[in-house]
Amino acid sequence: MTVTAEDLRGQVERFLAAHDPKTTDRLEFLRARFDAGLAWVLFPEGLGGQGAPRALQPGVDAAFAAAGAPDNDPRRIGIGLGMAAPTILAFGTPEQRQRYLRPLWTGEEVWCQLFSEPGAGSDLAALATRAVRDGDDWVVTGQKVWTSGAHNAQWAILVTRTDPDVPKHQGMTYFLCDMTAPGVEVRPLRQITGEAEFNEVFLTGVRIPDSQRLGAVGEGWKVAQTTLMNERVAIGGNAVPREGGLIGLVAKTWRDRPELRTPELRDRLVQHWVESEALRLAGSRLRQQLAVGAPGPEGSAMKVAFSELNQKLTGLEIELLGEEGLRYDDWTERRPEKVDFLGREAGYRYLRAKGNSIEGGTSEVLRNIIAERVLGLPSEPRVDKDVAWKDLPR
Amino acid sequence: MSELARELPTPDLLYSEVEEDLRSSVRDLLTDRVTPAALLARAETAEPYDLKLWKTLAADLGTAGLMVPEELGGHGATTREAAVVLEELGRSVAPVPFLGSAVLATTALLGADSADPVIAELLPRLAGGELTGALAVPLSTAPGAEFPATVTVNADGTLSGRVGTVADASVAELLVVPATGPDGPGLYAVEATAATVTELVSLDLTRRVADVVLENAPARRFTSGEQAVAALDNALTTAAGLLASEQTGLTEWALTTTVTYLKGRYQFGRPVGGFQSLKHRLANLYTDLVNARATARYAADALAGGFDVPIAVAVAQARVAPIAVHAVEEAIQLHGGIGMTWEHPAHLYLKRAKSDELAFGTPGRHRSRLAGLVDLPA
Repeated sequence: MTVTAEDLRGQVERFLAAHDPKTTDRLEFLRARFDAGLAWVLFPEGLGGQGAPRALQPGVDAAFAAAGAPDNDPRRIGIGLGMAAPTILAFGTPEQRQRYLRPLWTGEEVWCQLFSEPGAGSDLAALATRAVRDGDDWVVTGQKVWTSGAHNAQWAILVTRTDPDVPKHQGMTYFLCDMTAPGVEVRPLRQITGEAEFNEVFLTGVRIPDSQRLGAVGEGWKVAQTTLMNERVAIGGNAVPREGGLIGLVAKTWRDRPELRTPELRDRLVQHWVESEALRLAGSRLRQQLAVGAPGPEGSAMKVAFSELNQKLTGLEIELLGEEGLRYDDWTERRPEKVDFLGREAGYRYLRAKGNSIEGGTSEVLRNIIAERVLGLPSEPRVDKDVAWKDLPR
Repeated sequence: MSELARELPTPDLLYSEVEEDLRSSVRDLLTDRVTPAALLARAETAEPYDLKLWKTLAADLGTAGLMVPEELGGHGATTREAAVVLEELGRSVAPVPFLGSAVLATTALLGADSADPVIAELLPRLAGGELTGALAVPLSTAPGAEFPATVTVNADGTLSGRVGTVADASVAELLVVPATGPDGPGLYAVEATAATVTELVSLDLTRRVADVVLENAPARRFTSGEQAVAALDNALTTAAGLLASEQTGLTEWALTTTVTYLKGRYQFGRPVGGFQSLKHRLANLYTDLVNARATARYAADALAGGFDVPIAVAVAQARVAPIAVHAVEEAIQLHGGIGMTWEHPAHLYLKRAKSDELAFGTPGRHRSRLAGLVDLPA
């Protein structure tokens, strides 16, 4: 029996009747919501869901929000919800699923992602962080980078090299790493904006029990692919109204400040308005395709287009501001919990947008993905394909 | 601001099963009957249009009457279905007067009172594909333009004047003519035999434009005043919105044809499509196509549902027209020398895409219009 939107409406109503959001403790409310299968409805029973179609989730979230229910702060724990959870669901043992998914969803445990390394960004499979078996444990040593939220995280999804003697895609293993374990050191990595939103993470002889391995030894690449696919599905996932986001901000400045207007800026602004609206519609179309179970590969294309538009728009905003564009709000090193494009000023947006075409897969890598997986074009010659990882130049 | 603030219904940006069925029948027909070789052979003959194909498409497949209500002899479908037909026609640059007849002339008539005897007589014949029509305005006329003043109504009710670059007019039997008389604007039905229609040398070899000269031509008025102005504007708006679907079809052709070519073309010992610099350009075209399809689908759905129409159409034309031109330009460049030849069909698509960019207003004109609609003042 498929769960319907109507079933869920009834369940939410009954849940709210039994747990008044005004009087119920926040965590108690969230845990109960998880246990009632109303957290992420597409997950299986007992794991926060009831195997309902993905498309029914927004209705449930909206009903809870309307009732003033506490939310689980998806922005702060986006990596947990968007990447760790689907991967644990797909590859975790029953014990792992039971152990990690509930505190992940309620936000009691924040997750980060230990994937990229100084020598392995776009070429993720080149990573060098070693994990060596020692009895029931693995001992991990290496360095990770670009880790958002590591300073707030209790747990990390971690990809390591366990066999350097086979080609690079084969010798990797995936772990769930306790960020409070001895040997884990998180150092802020200051960025172009002045903020330290990301971190470097140094792993020195970190012991990880074999029970925290996700998937088989040597299967780390396959597991990581699931994480990355989910990352790309998550990007551009929210419905936005017309003029939502950056274009709305720039359009508002345009309307409020007639003294700043020039004909040349106007034509660019209108062009960007058109592009924003087209991209918003493409996002709606993508979600409608997902909802009927026909996921398209448009996600990568959307991300490329979105990055470029953000960069053009934030550049335009500074030019529009004229004199004010010469100033910056604050260079103080900060440790934000989430990226806040709209909470700061134009200079910040301009600089932060430079990261949009790099994070979550560079535009170059995404274009390769589109070209090879969507359009079926041949890949570049792979000189490292059959070479043992240890023999690769680096 | 009011346009922005208004609550919009959730659009349906996908294709229904009925629409996909319609697409398959149209595509099957076009695959059979519109080969590149046949297109090229026909382009320089005295009969650039394939009127046999048009008959099959319009009458047998019923596409001419898609947007016409059943009680007026049509199929009671909407702009959504017509958009799917246009995607396929764009993909094949089929030389048929669908835009002039089934879109422009038909929607102009649909804007009049259906009880009018002229409408009651002509619309079912247009819808049945038994009569081919054209709307006597320059193809470059944008929605929102002033009611044209080039044709005047004489004291005896006949029409005189000249209209340049009318799409599909050379094969039309019925001309729908906007004309102004002593009692204001009106739309008139004129038999093509009563006019002098001269086909011009058109940039677009598969959609011709013609000059229409009327000298005391007998005409029947079927709507006047405000209603005539609105009917004409509705026809132009509908055509502009639906043209985005034709442009999406063109874009898709350019991408898929180029991908196929680059997979099979070897240089430097490798398929050319394996070089990253070319792959990235094709990935960009794919990204454009994703944008074009969503935008065109939105315009078709907005027109069908009667919501947000001016913005949806302006966005569609401002965004999709340049995408189609760019896609075909890239196709030509990436085909190398062969892309520049007469024997390869790419030039037919470029000519169509560039003409389409001018049709019903250029992207720049649509941006200006949009700026007014969404309150981005100069």
